[in-house]
Amino acid sequence: MNSWYLVVLIFLPVVGALVLAAMSGAPEKTVKLIALVFSLAELAVVVALWVSYRAATTDAASQLDVPFRETFSVTWIPYFGINFSLGVDGISLTMIALIAVLMPIVLGASWEEKLPAGRTIGGYFALLLVLQGAMVGVFAATNVFVFYVMFEVMLIPMYFLVGAFGGVRRAYAATKFFLYSLLGGLLMLASVIGLYVASGQVLGQGTFDWVTLQSIAAQIPESTQMWIFAGFAIAFAIKAPLVPLHTWLPDAGTEAPVGAGTLLVGVLDKVGTFGFLRICLPLLPAASSKLAWLIILLAVIGILYGAIVAAGQTDLKRFVTFTSIAHFGFIALGVFAFTTQSIAGAALYMVNHGIATGLLFLIVGMLTARGGSKLVGDYGGVWKVAPILGGFFLVAALATIAMPGTNSFISEFLVLIGTFSRHPAWAVLATIGIVLAAVYMLWIFQRTMTGPVRGAAVVGGRGPEDRLADGTEGGAVGGTGEHGDVAPALTPLPVGAAAVGGQPHAAGAAAHAEPGGHGARTKVKALFGDLNAREITVLTPLVLLVILLGVYPQPVLDVINPTAERTMVDAGYTDPVPAIDAPLGGGQ
Amino acid sequence: MTVLQTAAVQSAAAFAQAPTDPINAPTISFSLTAPVLIALGGAILGILFEALLPRRVRYPVQVVLALLTVAAALVWTLLGANRGDVGVTFGGALAVDTATYVMWGVLLVLALPSLLLMADKVSEPGGSFVAQAAARIGSHRDRLATRVSAPMQTEVFPLALFAVAGMMIFPAATDMVTLFVALEVLSLPLYLLCGLARRRRLISQESAVKYFLLGAFTSAIFAYGLAMLYGYCGSTQFAAVAAQARAGDSSDVLLLGGLALVIVGLLFKASVGPFHLWTPDVYQGAPTPVTAFMAACTKVAAFAAMLRVCLVALEPMTWTWQPVLAIIAGASMVIGSVIGITQTDMKRMLAYSSVAHAGFILLGVISMSEAGASATMFYLLTYGMATIGAFAILTVVRKGDGEASHVGDWAGMAKRSPVLAASMSLFLLSFAGIPLTAGFIGKLSVFTAAMQAGLGPWVVLAMIATAITAFFYLRIVVVMYFADPVTTSPTPAPVAVAAGGGQPSAAVGERRFLAAGAGAPDAPFVVVPGLLTVIVIAVAVIVTLGLGLFPGPVLDLLTIPVPLLS
Repeated sequence: MNSWYLVVLIFLPVVGALVLAAMSGAPEKTVKLIALVFSLAELAVVVALWVSYRAATTDAASQLDVPFRETFSVTWIPYFGINFSLGVDGISLTMIALIAVLMPIVLGASWEEKLPAGRTIGGYFALLLVLQGAMVGVFAATNVFVFYVMFEVMLIPMYFLVGAFGGVRRAYAATKFFLYSLLGGLLMLASVIGLYVASGQVLGQGTFDWVTLQSIAAQIPESTQMWIFAGFAIAFAIKAPLVPLHTWLPDAGTEAPVGAGTLLVGVLDKVGTFGFLRICLPLLPAASSKLAWLIILLAVIGILYGAIVAAGQTDLKRFVTFTSIAHFGFIALGVFAFTTQSIAGAALYMVNHGIATGLLFLIVGMLTARGGSKLVGDYGGVWKVAPILGGFFLVAALATIAMPGTNSFISEFLVLIGTFSRHPAWAVLATIGIVLAAVYMLWIFQRTMTGPVRGAAVVGGRGPEDRLADGTEGGAVGGTGEHGDVAPALTPLPVGAAAVGGQPHAAGAAAHAEPGGHGARTKVKALFGDLNAREITVLTPLVLLVILLGVYPQPVLDVINPTAERTMVDAGYTDPVPAIDAPLGGGQ
Repeated sequence: MTVLQTAAVQSAAAFAQAPTDPINAPTISFSLTAPVLIALGGAILGILFEALLPRRVRYPVQVVLALLTVAAALVWTLLGANRGDVGVTFGGALAVDTATYVMWGVLLVLALPSLLLMADKVSEPGGSFVAQAAARIGSHRDRLATRVSAPMQTEVFPLALFAVAGMMIFPAATDMVTLFVALEVLSLPLYLLCGLARRRRLISQESAVKYFLLGAFTSAIFAYGLAMLYGYCGSTQFAAVAAQARAGDSSDVLLLGGLALVIVGLLFKASVGPFHLWTPDVYQGAPTPVTAFMAACTKVAAFAAMLRVCLVALEPMTWTWQPVLAIIAGASMVIGSVIGITQTDMKRMLAYSSVAHAGFILLGVISMSEAGASATMFYLLTYGMATIGAFAILTVVRKGDGEASHVGDWAGMAKRSPVLAASMSLFLLSFAGIPLTAGFIGKLSVFTAAMQAGLGPWVVLAMIATAITAFFYLRIVVVMYFADPVTTSPTPAPVAVAAGGGQPSAAVGERRFLAAGAGAPDAPFVVVPGLLTVIVIAVAVIVTLGLGLFPGPVLDLLTIPVPLLS
């Protein structure tokens, strides 16, 4: 019995994109509304899917008996035995839900995005919708070939999103991203074919079907598994990204427009760690256990390296990408620690990271759009100027640090506890990452938000040598991104302050900067205002999720835990026995 | 009687008594080989028409004749394959089995759009071929011949049909002499066709001479190899070579030497590196429709012949030559992908990419299995279609009066002609092996067969080479979509010399522009393609997308069962 939820979830956004493409002459407002309607429809379908999934997995027995629910399968290429088969388990369901929740928020945040010359918002939103369809496809695939196809297809809309709608160095960043991911993808193709050939040697007829491959996973010889694992691991390590294969992310994340960048760090990268969970652990158990030490090593290096480099960043968007690299180290660590808690924690971390970093990225985007500068040094005391923005930033910062009460804390805690029971030393090293996270995050927060109102982006007042070529004050000037020879210290973004609602003070206003060092009583006139209603509406759901999932994560964990247990069984691991018996009845 | 007379009577008596060897008439099955005969017949008719018909009607008659011939051959091939008629005919010279039908089918399906492209007279005003090739460049007669109003040389159509006929015999041959004759029949018209470009006559003639000289040398090497194989087994039949190799009591030196030289000849034709040195210059100099024809159809013929030679004649020696050919395939991939990065001319870049693809296809050939053979033919079909489509788009991007083949001329094409840019991107993505394109399924098939044959490391090398080729495919996409249109060109434009010495634009008559981006006289622009080119591009797009999404039926159709008939 084919369930149609997943097919709808994949193709509804694509239909939406086609509708947008067909309406390229329509007024902008209509185009944007149609895109929003499609994304909200997608969200509604996901809610229905969630309800249906939970209804089918109410009791403990039913949770483990089938690997996938809401399955769909049609014959696609019988020559290779490839079926277009889809299905969800707990982890992929939560990821699909994350995508569906993020998309309307991303569309809303990009509503007034100022795009490079010649580009339309309709094209931008259409590409975002296509990306959504492809991303859902990756998480819903239960056939390794379909997984690969969606994995590669995902690259194309993201490439055009970065390359056509991004910042100054967008062509370079987009090409680097595409080629890096393509190389990983091609090595993964070699491994996919290797799986097919290996399964052919075991079964007589090769297959790409996940369930079949999992059932014969133990019969594939270990040396073959190692080679196949290598191909997959490189591809997923590039995607995740794990140090040292991470260099594409800072460039792509910085140059991407805010909406695409949020999806890039919020969802696209999760495909890497999801691939580890879905493909490497169950289908290549022997190789996974043999090479787990390598992934754990790279993960811990990533946690520490990402944090240290993030602390030294002067570009706000680049800073966010490096915090991502640090967090992905935690996720990869959780996956390869091979305990139920760590795997559940890693899966939950994927969701929580998407929410928290999505929130952070959007706020940074809003801040830089107002200030016209991406540099940390150009901001100071923004809390006094834009208190609502500062408040949201505080929530995002605390979520990034994994403060208890925020969603990231639960997942990080689970990962560390799970890792500690099997690899105590690595867990201790990883915990240092939490301290470093506090260092970089609070430091950035302090420099940009607290203290006296200062900074070229906030109050203007640059010296004559810093003026732009057109003689205006730096900062909130619109459309200057196309001028090539801007002084590197400014890197203004092509966004007009007038496009930002609230109380904009006119561009180039006589913003006499009285830095706090001088008369502290002087009222400083800022160049931009606080968040407008649209931006608050867009950010509020994320903040609510951060707090709700931080206080009561059980609904999500209820979906994830059975799948984590099943993955443990498939990978052939049992949880390590605790050294001390837990007292029965709650202790004396 | 004299001694002489006695001897004569005695020998006559002896002769009368000696048993006479019966003359074995060779079996000739006309129905099996009808597609080849149709192609040859069409070519001969074309020559006759060329000689007898008045100039005005030559072009429409030749075009219709050529297309009908190829279509009829294709229909007969499909019918024959459907009926399952197989057999070895022409005295053991031609083997018509399922493999042959598949090879003929792919070849003819690719020959049709190539002929349509040759027939197009809109992109290159007056047609892509010069009116008189033998005129010395720069002379008065040459200027007359390259005027726009001078009609194109219509003898190209029978020449192309001869080439197609040769290409059909080449993979069907089971006899070494037939193989050699077919090689010559397919090559000689191609040498000629390369020199017939209307614009840039000098490099066109240079490419023809280069191709001819290198091809002649290689044919000689090929013949020498065939002679050594004959010396090895005493017969020119492939089956005899295989039988003798299995028996294994002759000296291996002759076998290995002959094998090596024969393979070199075939690899040259297929433009596999490092035997590819002719490819960039010839592809760049030849008229673009001929380049498309060569890139698609010659490869099919060469690899198909290689399949038959390897699977029939050289099969017992697989352990000997498979590693060597794997190394050559790896070299070809690396050469094509690495040197392709530095190219700035579109045709040369596509030539080096064809060298890389030849390396990939060779992996399929040396897998020596049913999966390998079928995958090779499918890859050739998808690659050929995308190549023809890409070269078709190349014909419509022009500057001055010639083609704008420098990469910089393509800047900003997406703004001027989004449909053409999207089609070109689709073809480039198919070359790069992005999923949902036909090229990806081709790569999947070939690499699966190679991995099943134990060539895993070479598949990994192929993946890395694919990623490298993706770099320069992507560069074109970047240039088309993300760069601003240029108003002056990096290279000077070829200028047509009008008969009266007037302005080039006036002499051309009416030219329709898609976008008035031609500020400076040598700014690149995109012409509205003629109907024939539109058909070719549309068919290529449909095939590339269709086979990427639903390759199942065609994959089943192109399955080649081994062993082949011999």
